[in-house]
Amino acid sequence: MASTESKHRLIRRREIPAPAAAAALEARPAGPVPSARSVIEFRGVSKRYSGGDTGLDQATFSIERGEFVFLVGSTGSGKSTVMRLLIKELEPTGGTIRVAGHDLSQIQRKRIAYYRRNLGVVFQDFKLLPGRTVYDNVAYALQVTGGTRREIRDKVPDILRLTGLSTKLHNYPDQLSGGEQQRVSIARAFVNHPPLLLADEPTGNLDPETSVDIMRLLYRINRTGTTVLIASHDQAMVDKMRRRVLELSHGQIVRDEATGLYTRDETTREFARRLRAPSARPPGVS
Amino acid sequence: MKLGFFLKEATRSMRRSAAPSFAALATVLVTMLVLGVFIPIVQATNGAANSVRGKVEVDVYMQTNATSADDQRVQHELLGLPHVRSVQFVSKQQAYQQQAAQDQQAYALLGSNPLPDTFHVIPDNPSNVLAVHSEITGSGSSSGGSGPIDSSINTVSNKQTDTQKILEVTNLVTITAAVLTVLLVLASILLIANTIRLSLYARRREVEVMKLVGATDWFIRVPFVIEGVIVGAAGALLAIAVLGVTKVVLLDPLASNWTLIAAPRTIGFTFLVVVLLGAGTLVSAVGSGLSLRRFLRV
Repeated sequence: MASTESKHRLIRRREIPAPAAAAALEARPAGPVPSARSVIEFRGVSKRYSGGDTGLDQATFSIERGEFVFLVGSTGSGKSTVMRLLIKELEPTGGTIRVAGHDLSQIQRKRIAYYRRNLGVVFQDFKLLPGRTVYDNVAYALQVTGGTRREIRDKVPDILRLTGLSTKLHNYPDQLSGGEQQRVSIARAFVNHPPLLLADEPTGNLDPETSVDIMRLLYRINRTGTTVLIASHDQAMVDKMRRRVLELSHGQIVRDEATGLYTRDETTREFARRLRAPSARPPGVS
Repeated sequence: MKLGFFLKEATRSMRRSAAPSFAALATVLVTMLVLGVFIPIVQATNGAANSVRGKVEVDVYMQTNATSADDQRVQHELLGLPHVRSVQFVSKQQAYQQQAAQDQQAYALLGSNPLPDTFHVIPDNPSNVLAVHSEITGSGSSSGGSGPIDSSINTVSNKQTDTQKILEVTNLVTITAAVLTVLLVLASILLIANTIRLSLYARRREVEVMKLVGATDWFIRVPFVIEGVIVGAAGALLAIAVLGVTKVVLLDPLASNWTLIAAPRTIGFTFLVVVLLGAGTLVSAVGSGLSLRRFLRV
């Protein structure tokens, strides 16, 4: 009698965690990722500014996980509108935007800050905090998310080494060159390891040589599995990169060059060598 | 850890933008100085007005042949009237002594005491003095003008015009002081809020960047509010120090010589310190928090 009772107790003790684990396993596939691989999905998105200007007109496209995509077009074509819609600085006037399966219009004002932590954002004008050193600028992105001191001590030097800023830790932004400032801003964007990195004209203020370095850095980040979307008007650079290109004109998608030919895996060194090559002629063809 | 971080953020931004912080501090300092001088003045004025109003009373003169039994009965009746706070009895002997002390020769000539027994009737509120007067004289509603409430009352002093003037003047003084106080407090709040907004405006790009990195509103706001508390408290403390020195060096020697300055009961200095410190800190902190709101909409 007594022995069976204790057996029951044993069994019961073992069984308790089992249903919870099963539920967790079941929940995962049913989670909020309907179009499994799409990180960004624009469906008929329009943005009309209050002045009557059209920022975006019925744009439809989707970007898969791990892609490296360029968004090109002349000034005023809607590149920045796409970026600002993605960071939810603007609201679209029509259509739906999904990021990692989440409909952006469903995110409440209060939750925007938490949504933005899943994005790394890089700007043409760097947008660094002027009163902070390189180290503190990067650390701020962790402090915002409630990162502990230990976490900051571990992660910040790592990411600064990756971006080649180890010697500039205690410099202030105004003591750095443009390329270095952009590296800091990329380090800040990537320190949380976001699944999506947005860069709005990241090389717009930089000379060609520095631009190659920045592109190489972004490519390296892409190789870790992060989806990267870059808005750029530098046609030559984009041609050399041979990645997927979305072209905008007057707010409409006029070209979506699928990557077919380009998706060959290459190391960052090959990538950089090709970018530095004088002509835009694709070497694989000739 | 959190509080330490926010404190560090606040002091960092104060160091980095020393000039706007100093401007805000100076604004708080000057405003609190003005308030610190003005509040005691208003208090003194109100105190003076109230002490004048406290002297408003109705005098009841008895018949010269009234007995002490009459006096007791009348005193009882007067105390029973509405709006009467207290009744003060002055017997004819006391009155004679008081008057004779002022003009001995005149009263020596009189030979006898012509003065009646007197009651000073003090109303519970100076503005009720006319009601009390009409109750005693019987011109009020209850007895319809049939004469004083007791036959042993000879006359009731008729200071209606004086009383009305005193009430009007003191009312005007009190209202003016109140309006001035409200205006001054409003001006202080606007001045401090404006200075804070200017210093925040200079840093709006920084706030924008913080928002883009994913900082929540309160995460950005807390250091600014702490900064407001520090600036406000520092400004108020400086103002209090200046006021304290002024009081000890200038006012206290004067007060010992001039009863005019010492007499009206003014607000206690410790209480004034608490009010100024609280107001300076609160306005500055709330001002920072609220002004920031407009820049948080990114």
